[in-house]
Amino acid sequence: MARKANSSSVTKPNKVNVLFLNSLVLIGIILTAVPFIYMVTASFRSQGELYSLPVTIMPREVVGQNYPKLFDDTHFILWYGNTIFTSSIRTALGVYFAALAGCAFAKYQFRFKRFFFFLVLATLTLPFHVLLIPLFIMMINFGWVGDYLAIIVPGIVGAFNIFLMRQYIESVPDELMDAARIDGASEFRIFHSVVIPLVRPALGVVAILTFVNTWNDFLWPLIVLNDPKKYLLTIGLATMDGPFDVEIGAIMAGSFLSTLPIIFIFVLMQRQIIAGLTQGAIRG
Amino acid sequence: MTAISHGAMSSASQSGWWSRNERKLIPYIFLAPFLLTFLVFTVYPAVDSFLMSFQRVRGLDNYEYVGMANYERLVTKDKRFHTALVNGAEFAAGTVLIQIPLALAVALLLNSPNVRFKVLARLAFFAPYITSAVVVGWIFTLVFEERYGLLNAALASIGIDRIGWLKDKNWVMPALIILGLWTWVGHHSLFFLAGLQNVPDDLKEAARIDGANTARVFWHITLPFLRPIFVFVTITGLIGSFSLFGQPFLLFDSGSGPQDSGLFPLMYLYFMGFENLRMGYASAIGYLLTVIILIVTGIQLLLFRIWKV
Repeated sequence: MARKANSSSVTKPNKVNVLFLNSLVLIGIILTAVPFIYMVTASFRSQGELYSLPVTIMPREVVGQNYPKLFDDTHFILWYGNTIFTSSIRTALGVYFAALAGCAFAKYQFRFKRFFFFLVLATLTLPFHVLLIPLFIMMINFGWVGDYLAIIVPGIVGAFNIFLMRQYIESVPDELMDAARIDGASEFRIFHSVVIPLVRPALGVVAILTFVNTWNDFLWPLIVLNDPKKYLLTIGLATMDGPFDVEIGAIMAGSFLSTLPIIFIFVLMQRQIIAGLTQGAIRG
Repeated sequence: MTAISHGAMSSASQSGWWSRNERKLIPYIFLAPFLLTFLVFTVYPAVDSFLMSFQRVRGLDNYEYVGMANYERLVTKDKRFHTALVNGAEFAAGTVLIQIPLALAVALLLNSPNVRFKVLARLAFFAPYITSAVVVGWIFTLVFEERYGLLNAALASIGIDRIGWLKDKNWVMPALIILGLWTWVGHHSLFFLAGLQNVPDDLKEAARIDGANTARVFWHITLPFLRPIFVFVTITGLIGSFSLFGQPFLLFDSGSGPQDSGLFPLMYLYFMGFENLRMGYASAIGYLLTVIILIVTGIQLLLFRIWKV
């Protein structure tokens, strides 16, 4: 991990220095990328090659069998669909509810407003693991174990999302909302046709963050899902060496395919995502 | 939902009681989904968990009040829990002492006007963070493999002998810290980078005109502006260290590593609650862990406050 910053170069660029700094960045990029590249190339290799010397990053012999094996020997395609389904529903509802709550905090005066906002901040700091056991028992009592309701419903209105939405909605001009009121629009109508269109980029950010979090969630699905056909990608991948007993190449193929949409979304939206994530931290 | 649509409809049709009170009542309706789920899925389980932590739970309907016994056992007797806490603390130390300074260095590097590849760097450095713990776990089983792993192969090329990263209990923590560096340094550096954009250039310029050298400008102007970022990354890093789950779970084959060297508090809670079905005991672990995290976070906030002065 040979990354060091030489802050003096900020003021006096000279050629050697610039070259040095750029090679540090490149080394950092390569060190970060190699495990990903290895994941992709491993998915095109046989078990025999992966567990033999010399260790190479590129395949010595490209093998296509891992992908058909993944699809035939496991429920990978089913898991993929399940994950898209649960992540999408949770995202759509979660974003809508977070926007509603954020709008209440940003644009209305009401009793207990401070107290309610304190509750939001409190959930932000409360570690989820305190709730793990009783939530699981609750899922049993609700009859939700093995059901996607257990994945979708608890924690659907994320505190961090409310926090972000509040900050974005604060920038919506009050005059626009008042103008709509004079025209006789109901508050719900104002929310849908004035507030939402103005904060659409922010909704996108919150949606992506929620989607990625749900897509990657592991511990909770591991606890509440029990039917292999209903598994999500993370649990499916984690159990692949057990009940399905597939080779590491196929596991890498699954890892690669399950990461692809997340990376794709990130490539498209990286500026917005990073801005959305870092905003809370900067404001302290 | 029926109540909501009913309200919206009547306000449009008749200008009666609802339209007079709409603006006063609507925020509560907007907050209803949050408040409802908060009550049912946060407040209730938190209370339930608290009560359960004073009970011995066998199966799902055999509860017995045991007072402080669970906590007493955790604090005084349970060696595995202590190991998990020490591991969490070691990982946290790795986070604060290695990850965060390195992340700051990377951010300063990326902030330099002479550095290229910024878009590529941002993409690469963020990718590990948005990759699921399970995938990271699988990739690093190959990286840390003793005979055929990537890391030992790289080390062999500079003449270092094979290391049993996942098999030798002394090397498990370094392995996990390396995994942590790969996963989080880039992410933290992007936070620092965002913070660096907030440092006003004219302030730095003014200090330079007054004769301050680069190191002094960095120490007295840049660093104080990064304070909120430090607070954020250390606190999230600390909570993350004690709640590490997916990566070690995968690396150690749903286990805790050689002699529990890869056991973390949240994993222990999982093993106790869901494999041994000792739900009361697991609840006590959850609460004790929360208290520990809150205390350490409080100390951190206090330290950061001192820094401000």
